[in-house]
Amino acid sequence: MASETQAHAHQESLALREQFDTAAQQKDASTLGMWIFLITEIMFFGGMFLAYTVYRHLYSHVFAVASSSLNVYIGAANTVVLLCSSLTMVLAVRAAQLSQKKAIVLFLVLTLLLGGVFLGVKAYEWNEKFVEHHVPGASFHFEDLPASDQGHAQLFFSLYFAMTGLHALHMVIGAGLLCYLVFEARKGRYSAEYNTPVDLIGLYWHFVDIIWIFLFPLLYLIDRHLGR
Amino acid sequence: MITTAVQEREHYLNESYGIKSWLLTKDHKRIALLYLFTVTFFFFLGGAFATMIRVELLTPQGNFVSNDTYNKLFTMHGVAMIFFFLIPSIPATLGNFFLPMMIGARDLAFPRINLLSWYLLVIGGLFALFAMLAGGVDTGWTFYTPYSTTYSNSWVIATAIGIFVAGFSSILTGLNFIVTVHRMRAPGMTWSRLPLFVWSNYATALIQVLGTPVLAVTIILLFCERVFHIGIFDPALGGDPVLFQHLFWFYSHPAVYIMVLPAMGVISEVVSVFSRKRVFGYHFVAYASLAIAVLGFLVWGHHLFVATQSVYAGLVFSFLSYFVAIPSAIKVFNWTATLYKGSISFATPMLYAFGFIGLFTIGGLTGLFLAALGFDVHVTDTYFVVAHFHYIMVGGTIMAYMGGLHYWWPKMTGRMYPEGWAKLSALVVFLGFNLTFFPQFILGYMGMPRRYHVYPDEFQVLHVLSTAGASVLAVGYLLPMIYFVWSLKYGAIAPANPWGASGLEWKTQSPPPLHNFDETPVVTEEAYDYSSVIGEEIQVG
Repeated sequence: MASETQAHAHQESLALREQFDTAAQQKDASTLGMWIFLITEIMFFGGMFLAYTVYRHLYSHVFAVASSSLNVYIGAANTVVLLCSSLTMVLAVRAAQLSQKKAIVLFLVLTLLLGGVFLGVKAYEWNEKFVEHHVPGASFHFEDLPASDQGHAQLFFSLYFAMTGLHALHMVIGAGLLCYLVFEARKGRYSAEYNTPVDLIGLYWHFVDIIWIFLFPLLYLIDRHLGR
Repeated sequence: MITTAVQEREHYLNESYGIKSWLLTKDHKRIALLYLFTVTFFFFLGGAFATMIRVELLTPQGNFVSNDTYNKLFTMHGVAMIFFFLIPSIPATLGNFFLPMMIGARDLAFPRINLLSWYLLVIGGLFALFAMLAGGVDTGWTFYTPYSTTYSNSWVIATAIGIFVAGFSSILTGLNFIVTVHRMRAPGMTWSRLPLFVWSNYATALIQVLGTPVLAVTIILLFCERVFHIGIFDPALGGDPVLFQHLFWFYSHPAVYIMVLPAMGVISEVVSVFSRKRVFGYHFVAYASLAIAVLGFLVWGHHLFVATQSVYAGLVFSFLSYFVAIPSAIKVFNWTATLYKGSISFATPMLYAFGFIGLFTIGGLTGLFLAALGFDVHVTDTYFVVAHFHYIMVGGTIMAYMGGLHYWWPKMTGRMYPEGWAKLSALVVFLGFNLTFFPQFILGYMGMPRRYHVYPDEFQVLHVLSTAGASVLAVGYLLPMIYFVWSLKYGAIAPANPWGASGLEWKTQSPPPLHNFDETPVVTEEAYDYSSVIGEEIQVG
């Protein structure tokens, strides 16, 4: 299976590791590895999505009320920020494929900045929850619900913090990876011949984005209607 | 005894020396040996806990350890054996060593990730070990809520972190295997020419990759619940403790197949070589591995038959649990059919394989008893269940692991093990195992609950039999430990292919060179084709 691409082997052997025959085989293997890793990530987040589904089904009314206390405008703006970071990420991948070495660095830094803005806004939102006593724990109190529903509301915010927290942790890891890419890209390491790390970390970044695309409606938009 | 030619030949063990050449190695063969040391340590640690459990159960009164200590003993026995021995055992040692060689590759696709996964197992193991030394953990290896989140006064968090970290070791091994099988096969090594050991490790890797992340997130939720009291599993806030059981068994039932599928792969290799026949129904055995991997994800509910699950869900899970027996039975029948009219030799690996087939069949059939709703209610949480899963895990997985170690020992070390002692150990293990665990079926049926160390006087005879068997079993496991080490210095020099086997791993020298093959092999025939190796002397003894 490897022999068909052997002709290209010599010109692309720059970063070829010894267990591979050709650069194409190496890139193939790395890409497959990243996709499998992303599948494990889906299963990883899946456990929390399952817990969310169960409790949303059991306590749908309380979840709707609790959800409406989240600031939908900030959430929506943050979604736009994150989508823009996906755009700049894919532009960085494109720049790498075209060997535009300055553009790679530029777009990577932009992605990093947008990711930082997202995390900053998220931190602001979490802080709001502390101020409003919406953080699960002894001082939890949700004013719009009767005493019998306080526990269920607390469940919503437990899931809110667990899911957005896990997502934010993935963003932080992604930011670390982007820093590494910027560092390497400044040395001119990525080009049309070799850009696998940019490609794969790009995949990871998009994946973390997609998780948010699911989190946003599930947490913010349960029971929203445009004003009639 | 050692000829100069052997001394001069370079292989993976003598191409470099020193502690750094091992701790920073990227060679899958050396990493396999690192795993071998690690899992052997945890095997004997778990065995030590088992010994104390069996000593306590000699008498009907609790007079060797206190109630609390007993709870900790069976918990730590389970944690050490399942997460740090059984799950990494065959894939991370034998699989790591031989999967690349069997497909004609120089290494796994990601050697550095392979090394990382060993470090993760060690770090996770150290967390678990710390928890055990600091005072132990008493929740049972299943960590059921709310006991684990609210009431237990033991080292739940440290143990959970250990299992979490070790889980990522398992995920990375699985990821590495999948990519390696897809992208690293030698020219001519098509999917239908893959040895069945590769097929079964591939199926195992699918489970590791799909199941283990769910355990990881369950542990995170358990952690948050115990530390921050977030309520996910707390009925006081409307949370559901049974949700934990669903999430836990979604991983932990497929984990049984992580333990037994690679064992089945070993048996396929051994049965074929020592009856000198192609495995009967090769494709059925290969696809049965995949079928087990898929169906294994759909049966977790049979652990919740008495845990508020609806009767209808119970019916479905019962049916699916019967269904998963079909691919397992296909394998057993096909191994048996392989033996038919084969040229059988009773070398040690074959003795272990025979032991596996018999014991796995008993373990599997009693699994069907337990899949039946009515009977399961009767024996839930009794020694019947304990006996059943020990027949699968010890009678199945460890038998195959021992058989595989003997089978590949000459290739791994370049030395033959002493055949006479090895046959004796296989026999002792088989007898000791049955004496230990068969009485437990009867105990369970009579109503002896698991996880209790005080029991009525009339159960004592069976418990004494079981403890006696455990001592015999211990001898059976200590023997190989001694003669394997002995063989490293005094064993006969192993030829490249002592069994006359057909796999690629036997077509290179023993022990293999650093990159496995002098030049990349080209595969032109199907697996288990003995026509070209017939005539080579099989060295037994």
